Amino acid sequence: MAAIGQPAGEGPRAKPLASAGGAVTAALREAVVTGIVAFGLLLPLVGFLTGVNGSNQLVLTTRWPLLFSVVAAVALARFGFAISIAPYLTQRTQRRVAAPSAAREWMRRWFAPFAIGFVAVYPMIVLAITGLTGAVKWIDNFGVQILIYVMLGWGLNIVVGLAGLLDLGYVAFYAVGAYSYALLAKAFGLSFWLLLPLAGILASFWGILLGFPVLRLRGDYLAIVTLAFGEIIRLVLINWVDLTNGYAGISGIPRPTLFGITFTAADDGFAAVFHLPFSPVYRVVFLYYVILALALLTAFVTVRLRRLPVGRAWEALREDEIACRSLGINTTNTKLTAFAMGAMFAGFAGSFFATRQGFISPESFTFLESATILSIVVLGGMGSQIGVAIAAIAMIGGTEIMRELNFLKQIFGPTFDPTQYRMLIFGFAMVLIMVWRPRGLISTREPSVYLKQRKSVAADFVKEGHG
Amino acid sequence: MADAADTLLRVEHLTMRFGGLVAVDDLSFDVPERSITALIGPNGAGKTTVFNCITGFYKPSEGRLALRHGDSAAWGVLDALTDSGARSAKSAGGALYLLERMPDYLVAQQARIARTFQNIRLFQGMTVLENLLVAQHNRLMLASGYTLIGVLGFPSYGAAERAAIDKARLWLDRVGLSERADDPAGDLPYGAQRRLEIARAMCTEPQLLCLDEPAAGLNPHESAELNDLLRIIRDDFGIAVLLIEHDMSVVMEISDAVIVLDYGVKIAEGKPDDVRNDPKVIGAYLGVPEEHVDEVKAEVGL
Repeated sequence: MAAIGQPAGEGPRAKPLASAGGAVTAALREAVVTGIVAFGLLLPLVGFLTGVNGSNQLVLTTRWPLLFSVVAAVALARFGFAISIAPYLTQRTQRRVAAPSAAREWMRRWFAPFAIGFVAVYPMIVLAITGLTGAVKWIDNFGVQILIYVMLGWGLNIVVGLAGLLDLGYVAFYAVGAYSYALLAKAFGLSFWLLLPLAGILASFWGILLGFPVLRLRGDYLAIVTLAFGEIIRLVLINWVDLTNGYAGISGIPRPTLFGITFTAADDGFAAVFHLPFSPVYRVVFLYYVILALALLTAFVTVRLRRLPVGRAWEALREDEIACRSLGINTTNTKLTAFAMGAMFAGFAGSFFATRQGFISPESFTFLESATILSIVVLGGMGSQIGVAIAAIAMIGGTEIMRELNFLKQIFGPTFDPTQYRMLIFGFAMVLIMVWRPRGLISTREPSVYLKQRKSVAADFVKEGHG
Repeated sequence: MADAADTLLRVEHLTMRFGGLVAVDDLSFDVPERSITALIGPNGAGKTTVFNCITGFYKPSEGRLALRHGDSAAWGVLDALTDSGARSAKSAGGALYLLERMPDYLVAQQARIARTFQNIRLFQGMTVLENLLVAQHNRLMLASGYTLIGVLGFPSYGAAERAAIDKARLWLDRVGLSERADDPAGDLPYGAQRRLEIARAMCTEPQLLCLDEPAAGLNPHESAELNDLLRIIRDDFGIAVLLIEHDMSVVMEISDAVIVLDYGVKIAEGKPDDVRNDPKVIGAYLGVPEEHVDEVKAEVGL
């Protein structure tokens, strides 16, 4: 019914600054016009009813009360819309034009410091609220788990968001990092801090190895080959039983230590050394800060790289590869460095994952993981660090929250398991977000350098890259 | 070939075949230094193919493309270089590059040939300033110690970047885009995008600038501005320009020499005025054989 009055609907938008009395008069006028239009349209549709009487003759009956009540309802609805909703809509469109002033500037400047500050004290807050025993779940499942994916998202962001190379096999480098740490630590007893950079180097080596064959491929073809690469790594891990123990995985991976102090109940453990009662929470807090430092390192390096020639070359590659070559940029090397950098951070995250779990198996490195990380990047907005972090919190935190919704059992019965529905809910949420923001949560691009004034680049101009 | 001392680029017997189609057929010409040479011809004559061969985007089927840097004595080693199989030869005062042996990015990086494209290829999602900094990639890459020094934040890279920004600012002033420096390149009007593409090419510090239809889509006023810009590039910077152009107001006014292609074959070469009155050229543009030119001209009232 609202569509009927649409032609008259331009009234309030054209005069946003009318006084209150004027607004009522305008709304009344509009309601009257809408009423007349509705009457004209509905007279033959609602007002007259043709039927057949007992002797098979066509008869015309009129339904004036119904017609007038419908017309009155339409006019009233239009009046209500014009007086309450339309001014709000006008205001909103105006605000959207004026907004990038103070509030957005403030957000841009202070969001990241506040977020980092909050993340830095998060374990303390949790400890204060839940106490020693309850804190493990909240720090481990929410803090550490989310930060791993934030880091992976930031790493993949280099490849997909900056260089525009669609990589569906990113989890392969995560697996390389995890297995490098697990195998080297068990075989040679080397420490986590030594193996962490080594795992990164090995992963970036595999990144370059993947990069070479796919250099000439673009778009869909590149995506398929990277997907295959991820599967190859996983199948090798499953089938090379002598080295990787196949499906059974590797257990008993050494846990990290704080300058040689272990986080066990032993006499020289962390709790004993500092004369604290033993609790598993210390290790979790330690792991939390390790992954936080690694994630911040990723972010820091990426922000730095964006302002360096190599980062600008990545983005230029995403925008137009042929123009890059015409300017003397070696696109081969540029692509390989993007793959190598992305893979290195996945390698770091992988070795952290191995030491945190103490057990790894090929099950942890399926295509679903690659898809999750890629959807974090796409959902967050390709190229945007903050967007990717928010998307990781929403996706991974959302999954974990599902486990906490036990009250739903009271509603849907004891057999109801909310975690069973998480993929359904996520698929649905993702479709909604992509409809609402087709280029991700934060789709504008921040320029890496400016002369007079920093202006965000609207998403319409930024290319997604074609491999 | 005439051994003209001031030859910068020498194209000899360039042939480019795509399967059975001969796009460029045994084309030879010289581009002197500090000159504007125009390459004209009807649509499909093979002009852009010649450009793609010179800039390394295509590997020619046959032919030799040689570019000289510095001292003209460098031409002396041309035959020795060709026999050696190497890409380039450096001599005391200069260097010689065989372009057909180099991949596209090395043509830009080492032989220092910059180009623009018929359909503008800017980095649309990056700002105008960023476009000009990407053009200075190789120098900045060196200054950032192949990223290593840059990531650690050493001040030497900061100085190099400031110099690059100064250079970009200079070119922005020259093409009248200073006010738009921080806007995305895709947001610029068409004529400004053309100028920015030329500025971006110039930021690579080329020896030879190849422009593919720089005046396409420009209004007469903008075409006149383009003429001034190209004259500055030739006279003040001493850079040779090779351009493909259909806009005769540009070609006839600023070119030192004009080369006319038709079906991949050179049909005329010389000063703009000579070429303009060449019946072969008129025939090619009218699409009729040379002997029918007068009839057709009378028919269309030229």
